[in-house]
Amino acid sequence: MTVGLGAYLTLAAVLFAIGFFGVVTRRNTIGILLGIELMLNAVNINLVAFARFNADVVGMIFTTFTIPITVAEVALGLAIVILIFRTKRTAIADHLDILRG
Amino acid sequence: MTLEVVTFWGLSVLLIGSALAVVLTKNLFHSVLYLALSLTATAGVFLALDAEFLAAVQLLLYAGGVVTIVVFAIVVTERLVGERITQTSRSILTGVVLAGALLLGLLRFLRGADLPVERPVIGVDVTRAIGQVLLTEFVLPFELLAVLLLVGLLGALYFARPEE
Repeated sequence: MTVGLGAYLTLAAVLFAIGFFGVVTRRNTIGILLGIELMLNAVNINLVAFARFNADVVGMIFTTFTIPITVAEVALGLAIVILIFRTKRTAIADHLDILRG
Repeated sequence: MTLEVVTFWGLSVLLIGSALAVVLTKNLFHSVLYLALSLTATAGVFLALDAEFLAAVQLLLYAGGVVTIVVFAIVVTERLVGERITQTSRSILTGVVLAGALLLGLLRFLRGADLPVERPVIGVDVTRAIGQVLLTEFVLPFELLAVLLLVGLLGALYFARPEE
């Protein structure tokens, strides 16, 4: 019995769904960012799994690009969260309704 | 053969368990620590997929960098607000329905797909191959990535500037 590509993709799909659940249910903006992190991780697992099962390193190159981009995105997202804290004094996404119509 | 199966299932249980803890824990700080665990487990999955270089990058950038930044953000925002950040989760039911529908759709798609079971043999050293392809075929995106990181650094500095 071996572990095929389908097993890795299923693992990534479950991880993606858990991250999505976190994004939908969390109220805190930092919590939402953590959910996004989980979803991005699932995508990275998919990329590496496809690369390995096709014996093609280009998929892994993609992952070396996505990881730094994700880290930069998180750093900027947290910077925005801290800035919102300074001006609005809240971390709860529901309270950030200045754009409501 | 059997070792591969045991490793995969162990990592899967660790990864999914810690991911569930990330989204379900009440305390945000514990949530970040579980995120560190799940990111480390992801590095283990990369190792199981013969991607040693990516496992190292994952540990350095994610488990090292991201977790540190998030902990910093929590500490700073807690001090600003003056009270502990507790997680009040929104309607759990909506989340379960939406995430479950997404998962079912993905799994149905996976079931219908014709996926390889045996992994082909990679003759060369994967890390060496990544380095060679990265600095020949993908050198332009690689340099653009450096520009992106510079812009991200400047943007973070702009956001974090002291108030006038």
